[in-house]
Amino acid sequence: MSEIKVTPLGAGQDVGRSCILVSMGGKNIMLDCGMHMGYHDDRKFPDFKFIAPQGPVTDMIDCLIISHFHLDHCGALPYFTEMFGYAGPIYMTHPTKAIAPILLEDFRKISVEKKGDSNFFTSQMIKDCMKKVIAVNLHQTVHVKHNLEIKAYYAGHVLGAAMFQVKVGNQSIVYTGDYNMTPDRHLGAAWIDKCRPDLLITESTYATTIRDSKRCRERDFLKKVHECVDRGGKVLIPVFALGRAQELCILLETYWERMNLQAPIYFAVGLTEKATNYYKMFITWTNQKIRKTFVQRNMFDFKHIRPFDKSFIDNPGPMVVFATPGMLHSGLSLIIFKKWAPVENNMLIMPGFCVQGTIGHKVLSGVKKLEFENKQIIDVKMAIEYMSFSAHADAKGIMQLIQYCEPKNVLLVHGEASKMVFLKEKIKQEFNLDCFMPANGESCFVQTDMKISIDVSVNLLKEEAVKYNSEPPNPLKERQIHGVLVIKDSSISLMDVDEACKEVGISRHIVRFTSNVQISDSSPINKTLELIYDQLLSYLQDKSQEYKIQLTESSLSIDSVLLSVERIDDKNKRVFVTWPNQDEEVGKIVLHVLKSMSNTQGTSYQPIELG
Amino acid sequence: MKVYSLSSHPNKACYILRFKEMTIMLDCGLCALPLMHFLPLPIIPTAKFNNLPSWIPRECTEAQLEGELKECCGKVFVDSAPEFQPPLSQLVDFSEVNMILISNYLSMLALPFITEGTGFEGVVYATEPTLQIGKFYLEELVQYIEKTPKLTSASHWKDISHLISPFSEDIKPRSWRQLYNLQSVYASLARVQMVGYDEKLVGLTSFYIKLYFLYRCIEFAIILYWKYYSLSSHPNKACYILRFKEMTIMLDCGLCELKECCGKVFVDSAPEFQPPLSQLVDFSEVNMILISNYLSMLALPFITEGTGFEGVVYATEPTLQIGKCNVAYGKAVLLHSDLNNITCDEKWMRDIKNQNESGSVLVPCYPSGVIYDLFECLSSHLDNSSLTQIPMFFISPVADISLAYSNILAEWLSDCKQSKVYLPEEPFPHAHLVKTGRLKHFKSIHDDAFNAEFRQPCIVFCGHPSLRFGDSVHFVQLWGSNPLHTIIFTEPDFPYVEALAPFQPLAMKSIHCPIDTSLNFNQANKLIRELKPSTLVVPDCYTHPPPSFPQRTELVIDQVDRKVLTLKRGEVLKIPLKRKRTRVNMSAEIAEAVEPCELRPGLAIASIKGNLKVKDNQYCIDMSSSSRHHQYETGALDVEQFVERLVHEGITDVKVEPNATGYIIHLYH
Repeated sequence: MSEIKVTPLGAGQDVGRSCILVSMGGKNIMLDCGMHMGYHDDRKFPDFKFIAPQGPVTDMIDCLIISHFHLDHCGALPYFTEMFGYAGPIYMTHPTKAIAPILLEDFRKISVEKKGDSNFFTSQMIKDCMKKVIAVNLHQTVHVKHNLEIKAYYAGHVLGAAMFQVKVGNQSIVYTGDYNMTPDRHLGAAWIDKCRPDLLITESTYATTIRDSKRCRERDFLKKVHECVDRGGKVLIPVFALGRAQELCILLETYWERMNLQAPIYFAVGLTEKATNYYKMFITWTNQKIRKTFVQRNMFDFKHIRPFDKSFIDNPGPMVVFATPGMLHSGLSLIIFKKWAPVENNMLIMPGFCVQGTIGHKVLSGVKKLEFENKQIIDVKMAIEYMSFSAHADAKGIMQLIQYCEPKNVLLVHGEASKMVFLKEKIKQEFNLDCFMPANGESCFVQTDMKISIDVSVNLLKEEAVKYNSEPPNPLKERQIHGVLVIKDSSISLMDVDEACKEVGISRHIVRFTSNVQISDSSPINKTLELIYDQLLSYLQDKSQEYKIQLTESSLSIDSVLLSVERIDDKNKRVFVTWPNQDEEVGKIVLHVLKSMSNTQGTSYQPIELG
Repeated sequence: MKVYSLSSHPNKACYILRFKEMTIMLDCGLCALPLMHFLPLPIIPTAKFNNLPSWIPRECTEAQLEGELKECCGKVFVDSAPEFQPPLSQLVDFSEVNMILISNYLSMLALPFITEGTGFEGVVYATEPTLQIGKFYLEELVQYIEKTPKLTSASHWKDISHLISPFSEDIKPRSWRQLYNLQSVYASLARVQMVGYDEKLVGLTSFYIKLYFLYRCIEFAIILYWKYYSLSSHPNKACYILRFKEMTIMLDCGLCELKECCGKVFVDSAPEFQPPLSQLVDFSEVNMILISNYLSMLALPFITEGTGFEGVVYATEPTLQIGKCNVAYGKAVLLHSDLNNITCDEKWMRDIKNQNESGSVLVPCYPSGVIYDLFECLSSHLDNSSLTQIPMFFISPVADISLAYSNILAEWLSDCKQSKVYLPEEPFPHAHLVKTGRLKHFKSIHDDAFNAEFRQPCIVFCGHPSLRFGDSVHFVQLWGSNPLHTIIFTEPDFPYVEALAPFQPLAMKSIHCPIDTSLNFNQANKLIRELKPSTLVVPDCYTHPPPSFPQRTELVIDQVDRKVLTLKRGEVLKIPLKRKRTRVNMSAEIAEAVEPCELRPGLAIASIKGNLKVKDNQYCIDMSSSSRHHQYETGALDVEQFVERLVHEGITDVKVEPNATGYIIHLYH
């Protein structure tokens, strides 16, 4: 038995700062390197000291994989590489590599320039860090180093999101990152083949939810926005620059066109065009429909959606505004929120998950009076709506993924402990799999089967194949192979006995037993043989299938046991039976049968032939 | 293993490999050279081709031949729907083909001939760009021909083809076929399964197939490695290199001792089933050569070792990653575009400049490939020559698709193009050229918009490069009589004199400036030297100098120091592959039951018996339900001691009888 050790530094029974350490087959892999947006102290980054309390961290980590560009998955990357000193390889997909630095820079600005966070990475560090990133394609098998291989699968969650399979020798894990099992307006559904990993590390954000159909949620969203705009209210939708924002834009764009609405829609992301440009360029990472129609019409060329200017905040009349960041923790969305919150007619739609500690989380949990740093108190009178557009797999989706890839063990991360417990039980019940849910800093050991690969002589296989093919086809019958394992240092090979003897340089002996049994039977020789044959079959009964029995006019053979009959006189015959020691068992059986047929005893003798 | 060659044209390859009960087709190129023997299909009916005199060989009295052959300026053409030469179908039953691996879009044009109506049931593998670009190549080809249907279909001329001067026996017009229709194109494409770059396809065979698609400006090359994983200590592998860009199909196979590093990996990883990827990294250095290939497609002398280019390309980095590899690509590409400008300046840019003061330029081309580069360097050249006002027209039924796709496949482009996406900017500038109106694209000349926009002088890019169908036919007719106009041939597929033959007499200038993205012989030889294949299979024509330059003996593939086998259309090669060991998985249960007998430290043997499971050509040994056990005797043989022991056990009546090979011990009782 070998084992895989998993230690979450973040995302263990928690959402935010995903960072999971996996050790297997002597290799250490870090999966994601995220930050926690609910904290401003040291807790915002994973506790990297855990990896190497003293020594340089690069020696301790063989490779670092980033699943997608969300900051809770890649936010600590520049810190880890530029300030903590990790210099090993970093892998992510092309879109992630393109988009992550923009989000990192955005977040850095907010944290350092607005909040005055110290101990934060600089713009230059982000650039230096991204230069070290190796971009991978879907399904590309990347050989990281000796014995360590990774492969990306489509995850759907956001543009460029990937699940990663990591293989070390015979052991393998799949890390899902965040994923989505239902295709949405611009992304496809996650897909993985039956790769049967030893361990599946899956997110479990929506471990207990089975979401109602996507279409209903969309209709609901459009209805609410429409109602609010109709009564002259302002709608604020806090989003992250890339991802959900584009999906909602497509949704509103088509709705506005169909309903011929005039209220302006603004996209206050600062990088509107840039952001959607990424989508245009990475069309191959979106879903089938967009890919098919993009030549005629690019879905990301919006007509109704215009860039936002800060001066528009106080404009009268209805409007819809998309603003960053998505959890209302800082930035423009928070500024707009502060202005609009006290007006009853307005509406806030939170289209995604909010980390604990953010304003978004507070508002959603029903807090009606918010106090800010400068003693500013805001009454929340605007309508608050939570719509889960967040593209995570729900409980059904997680179960589906387990079914797809058939793991031997499951480990849950990126979710709340109580929900994990529920899902864990469900997985145990439905799939009969061991399921783990370690907390941050807690190591968990997963036992895996040993897989042994040996080298088999082609001749041995060919002989078997010839034998097998000469027999009538019987799918129930085992294809038996026997030979000698030669274990030389660390290599194991299987070959037939003669080859093995040659290989190891030993001489083989054949011990052959021979015996005569006299039986009284007056029929011709071939009849006697038939009689023995019948006796033997009735003795072996259904086990006779296991032996290769051949009857000819003058002899009978059972595997390598040979039997011949000689006439002594009219009434008596001598049965001559011989077998090599390797078929001692069969020989005994045959002799036993013969002896039971024999009426005279004592005349037989057993020569042993050694050679 | 057997290798079949089904194609006569080395750049339109089609090979079949048979090995381990698998039949695999490598590429299926369509040879379009027969087109040269047909009359063009004009878009707008003209008297020119109709009024050509009929031609009948003097020896022939066949009445049905009337009107099938026409003569133009001393050359004979067939007046019929054009025909192509698909891969040979008699040699292999296509229904037995398990899979088809397509290396690039130029090598898939015969796909409908192989997969439709033949009982083919296998899978076709290609990368996404190959599939998408190949799709519109096929569509364009079919649409061109369907747009100008030929009512008559001549066939009798084939009976007397030996009497027609350009038709020698080698050409075999009987094997020519008319093109498929769109329906079979789509049916055929539906069988294509996309594979990713560097993706491992498992479960098909015990081979491990690794596809390397190396991509440059939507020109791909592929190196296909077949690795047969046997015992680590017996690195018994077959390795093919197949189709480098447009030039050569090199298949090398057999026992391949690939440098020391792979040996090391094998020894290190002895007990495990581990792909020797460091070996692949080694090959990715070879990829670089493919890059230099691109450089030298322009046949410029300064692209050799002395330029330091090789130094830039990772000779020093043994553990290259693909990403890094792309950096080198970028370098090559940068160089390439410089070179492109230089040659263009030298060769035909100058002509364009002169011509454009009064005349127009026609560039017959395929809908994808080198045209993206041409748009790029031509537009900047026009800017520099203050000819910005001269419009470029790109006419093809798939022009919009081609331009759109080229800008979304950035992952497959060189690093410098790829890095643009991160900004985010479009990798090729033609989207910008379209936006600013410098480059205009139309579905055909019948497009109303085209008639509104068309003005001369201009530069027109349109298909088909054979000048037998498509809009290019129209422009040759339109501009042919005016010596101010120019036609420039950039696609190397067709001999330009023959392409122009049915239009003669022509007054327009013609310039032949083929841009061939293939490896040249020098590079191919260098590549082969580095790969050190034990057996090399090359098309026969690469082993002697090209017929047009018989004295240039350097234009061959080196045959020194290695086993070189050659292959022609219709030939089959048998390549002995010696396999001694194969990798098999053993279940933990059976491993636990093994009772090894130690012979000396580090060496043990054990007899085992198990249940052999074979699935997808992969073996696994599991616990057998049979309890029978085999024993083998070895060791020193001491008969006296044996007899003593028998006596000790109470068996006293023992008689020993020595014979030739050992002893017989008689026990009476």
